Amino acid sequence: MTEFTPGPALLGGALIGAASAWLLLADGRIAGVSGILGGLLRPAPGDRSWRLAFVLGLPAGYALYSWLAGRPPVSIEAPALQFAAAGLLVGFGTRLGSGCTSGHGVCGVARASPRSIAATATFMGLGFATVFVVRHLLGGA
Amino acid sequence: MARTGAAALAGVVFGVGLALSQMANPAKVLAFLDLAGHWDPSLALVMGGALAVAAPAFAWARRPAAHPLFAERFQIPERSAIDGRLLAGSSLFGVGWGLGGFCPGPALAALAAGEPRVWLFALAMLAGAFAYEAWSRR
Repeated sequence: MTEFTPGPALLGGALIGAASAWLLLADGRIAGVSGILGGLLRPAPGDRSWRLAFVLGLPAGYALYSWLAGRPPVSIEAPALQFAAAGLLVGFGTRLGSGCTSGHGVCGVARASPRSIAATATFMGLGFATVFVVRHLLGGA
Repeated sequence: MARTGAAALAGVVFGVGLALSQMANPAKVLAFLDLAGHWDPSLALVMGGALAVAAPAFAWARRPAAHPLFAERFQIPERSAIDGRLLAGSSLFGVGWGLGGFCPGPALAALAAGEPRVWLFALAMLAGAFAYEAWSRR
């Protein structure tokens, strides 16, 4: 159970939006994490270094924030098997669906792409439904 | 070189944003997805804040004369068909998101949190992405 934190949510969101805007205006690229990571799994010479730099920047930014402001909580209640299955589904699903919360949810919705709006509505809907089933029908976490 | 440096900066700022907004905390994300529980609407404001900043940049990039600083052209997806792969993939992702509370960005950012289960998730996520590569090339 967590509490509503409107200030950090808006400010953190604005930073995520600024990072996406910057990657677009500087490199011409969509800041979609699953797509950038997925591109590293394919042989594409000359296309790896910016991807790797972005991907490594994520934990570096997290570490920088932790160092400046204290480590944010990471609370995982799901059993290990469920959590690993979740990772598999997220990895496969975001590649099959060409995007995740950042590529479709932020960049795609920001440019009013019908595909991304449909994708975002789908994963949000299934996310709501899955949590309802797990927590309120099955009594899990 | 400039291209790689710009991408590193984008990743770092993105990671700071995820840490500040607590979106790299699965409990926080699941509290948003749990409409029937003690609902935490924070994630909606994260999306709203991100969209408010990113949308003008995408509108600017659409001008005919616009080009990126360090690359020759914008690489923006042009497909518009809402097909079965898009919906099936997004559905599988949604189920995984609801089961774990992690999506790709937060899972990678939280690798710096020193919590072994984040690595479990990230490795499983990589395995899923590898499985997709194998499946799509069959």
